[in-house]
Amino acid sequence: MNTAVNQGETIVFWICGFFAVLGALGLIFSKKAVHSALWMALTMISLAVLYVANQAPFLGMVQIVVYTGAVMMLFLFVLMVVGVDSSDSLIETVKGQRIAAILLGLGLAILLIWGIGSSMTNVGPGSLDDANSVDGGNVQGIAHLIFTTYLVPFEVTSALLITAALGAMVLAHRERWLPKPTQSEMSKARFAGAVHPGNLPAPGVYARHNAVDTPALLPDGSVSDISIPGPLKARGDVRPVDHMEMDEITSIDEGSQS
Amino acid sequence: MTNSQFGVFGVDPWWLVILKVVAIFVILVLLTLFTIWWERRVVSRMQNRIGPNRVGPQGLLQSLMDGIKLALKEEIIPKTAHLAVYWIAPVISATMAFLAFAVIPFGPTVSIFGVETPLQLTDFPVSVLYVLAIASIGIYGIVLAGWSSGSTYPLLGGLRSSAQMISYEIAMGLSFVAVFLYAGSMSTSEIVSAQQSVWFGVILLPSFLIYITAMTGETNRAPFDLPEAEGELVGGFHTEYSSLKFALFFLAEYINMVTVSALATTLFLGGWMAPWPLSLWDGANSGWWPMLWWLLKVQIFIFVFIWLRGTLPRLRYDQFMKFGWKLLIPVSIVWIIIVAVARALRNDVNFSNQSLLLVGAAVIILLLLVSWAFQVRADRKQAALDEAAAAEAESVFEAAAGGFPVPPMPGQEFTITTRRSMAASTTIVADRAVTEAVTSEQENPDG
Repeated sequence: MNTAVNQGETIVFWICGFFAVLGALGLIFSKKAVHSALWMALTMISLAVLYVANQAPFLGMVQIVVYTGAVMMLFLFVLMVVGVDSSDSLIETVKGQRIAAILLGLGLAILLIWGIGSSMTNVGPGSLDDANSVDGGNVQGIAHLIFTTYLVPFEVTSALLITAALGAMVLAHRERWLPKPTQSEMSKARFAGAVHPGNLPAPGVYARHNAVDTPALLPDGSVSDISIPGPLKARGDVRPVDHMEMDEITSIDEGSQS
Repeated sequence: MTNSQFGVFGVDPWWLVILKVVAIFVILVLLTLFTIWWERRVVSRMQNRIGPNRVGPQGLLQSLMDGIKLALKEEIIPKTAHLAVYWIAPVISATMAFLAFAVIPFGPTVSIFGVETPLQLTDFPVSVLYVLAIASIGIYGIVLAGWSSGSTYPLLGGLRSSAQMISYEIAMGLSFVAVFLYAGSMSTSEIVSAQQSVWFGVILLPSFLIYITAMTGETNRAPFDLPEAEGELVGGFHTEYSSLKFALFFLAEYINMVTVSALATTLFLGGWMAPWPLSLWDGANSGWWPMLWWLLKVQIFIFVFIWLRGTLPRLRYDQFMKFGWKLLIPVSIVWIIIVAVARALRNDVNFSNQSLLLVGAAVIILLLLVSWAFQVRADRKQAALDEAAAAEAESVFEAAAGGFPVPPMPGQEFTITTRRSMAASTTIVADRAVTEAVTSEQENPDG
C-alpha cells in the first residue's frame, strides 16, 4: 500500500488541521466559557474528520458521538445553567496549583514531543490498509483488539467511569423523609389552603377600560384589592374609581331590588 | 476502505457526485414543503377542519408561499443576544439536517447517463453511526439558539431539548445494536441487503418499537415536543428567532423528521426493497421503482408522526425523562442481551430454533420464580418497616435521647419543656417539611 499521502488527504489535512488549531487557540483565548466550549467542539470535530481520513472511521464517528455529542454537550449544559462568566479570579484556591499545573504541563509536553519525535525517526510508517484488513475491516479490527488484547484496560476504564457516575449519584442523592407528593396530592393541598387556588380577578372594567391600573369592582361596588398588580399599588399608580360609576352601580343595585 | 463491498461507492465521476448532492438537496426541500402541507391537511381532517386548500391544487403550494413570506419578513434580533452564536445556531441546525442524508440508500444500482451507480450518495462501514454523530452535532444548533437568545424561555427550551435529545439518543443507539448484530454491519446499504428475506422490523420488533419512540423524542415532535411546549415556554429555543433564521429551524425540524423516518425505513422496513405483494413481481427491486417503495415507506412514518401529533397530549417533563431513562433504556439493554445470547447460541453452539425456544421458556419461568421470591421478601420487609414506623409514631420523641439534641423527623412531635414550668409545654407539629415539599414541587415541576 502506498505510504505517500495523496492529494485529497493533503487538502483534508490542511483544512481540518487549520480548524483544529484555530479551535484550540479559541478555547484558550475566549473570554466566555461557552465560547471556549464551542471552540473545543470545533477542534473535536476537526480531529474526527482527520481520523476518518486516516482510515479510522469508527474512531472518528465515536469521537463525535461521545465527545462532541455527549461530553461537550454536558459541559455546555452545566455552563449554561451555572452561568460561568469571564470574571476569572487570579487567586489560587488550591495551594501550589499553578506550579503543579506548570510542571505537569511541561511533563506532558516532553512526553508528547518525545513520543511523536521518536515515532517519526525510529519507526517507519505502517500500512493502514494492512492494519484494517487483518480482521476484515476497521470495526472488526477495533472489536478484536478491545475484546482480546486490551480487554482488561477497557473494563478497568469502564469501572472507573461507573465509579464516577456512582459518585455523582451519591452526591446528588437526597434522602426523602416523606414520600414524594404526587400530582393529585399537590392539587389537593393547593385547594385545601387558605389562598384562593384559581386566577386572581382580572383588573379593569371591560366595557369602559381595559387597563391593568383599573381595579375590578366587586358585586357590592367596592374595589377588589387583589385585582391590581402589587408594583402598581406600591407606586400609587392605581386609577381611582369614579364616583359616578359607584353611584350608577348603586342605582342599578337598588333598581333591581325594588 | 478497500473492502470489496464498498467498491461501488467512492468511484463516481465528479459530475455524478454533484448531481446526487443537488438531487438530495432538492428532494429534501420538496419533501419538507410537502410534509408541512400533508401535516396541516391530515391534522385538519383529524380535527374536522379542511386545512389549506387555496394556493395551488388542493393547497399544495401553500407551504411554498408561507416559506417565501417567512423569508421576506422583518427580522427581530433581541438586544441581549450573543450575536455570533445567535447567527450560527440555525445554520448548524439546518446544515446537519441535510448532511445526515448522505448515507441513506434510496434504491439499488441504476444507470445514470451511462454510469452504473447506487442510488445513494456514499456509504462506509459505520454510516449508521455517522447519522447518530450528525444528529448529535445538530443538537448544538438548538442548544446554542436557546443560550444565545439571551432570554429565559429560549434558554429553558434549549436545555430541555439538549437533555431530551441526549437521553433519547441513547435509547435510539441501543435500538440499533440488535440490527447491527443481525446485519453484521453498520453500513446502511449492507443493512438493507441483509433484509432480503425478512425485515428487521418483524424479527426485532422490540428494537423497532423502541426506535419509533426514540425517534419521536429525538425530533422534538408531539407528544414529546416539550422544548417548544407553547403553553409553558412560548416557542422554546426559537422564541427569539424570526424571518429566515426561524425558517431554517423549521426546515431542520422537518428534514429531521424525514431523516429519522428514512433511517427507520432503512434499518427496520427493508429500505428500498419492495413490500410483500409487490416483491412477487420480478422487476420490483431493480431500476428506479425501489425509490417509490422507499418514498412510500418514509411517508408512512411521516403519517405516524402526524397521527401522533393529532392524537396524543404532551407529556409532563419529569414523566417523559423517567420514561426514557427508566423504561426505554433498561428494556433495550435487556433486549440486546437476549438477542446477543440467542445469536451466540445459534452461531457457536449450533442450537436449533426449537431448543432455543425451550431455553427461552425455561429462562422466563426461572426469572418469574426469582421475581416472585423477591416480591415475597420485599413484602415482608415492607411489613416489618411499617410495623417499626407505627411503633415509632406511638412513642414520644425525646430530643436529647441520644445525648445530643436533634430536631424531630417529620411526623414526630416535639415537646418543648421550659425551665419555668415543666408542666406547661407547647406542641409543635412538624409539618413544615410537608408544606415545603409541596411548595417546592409546585414551583419546580421539572423536578
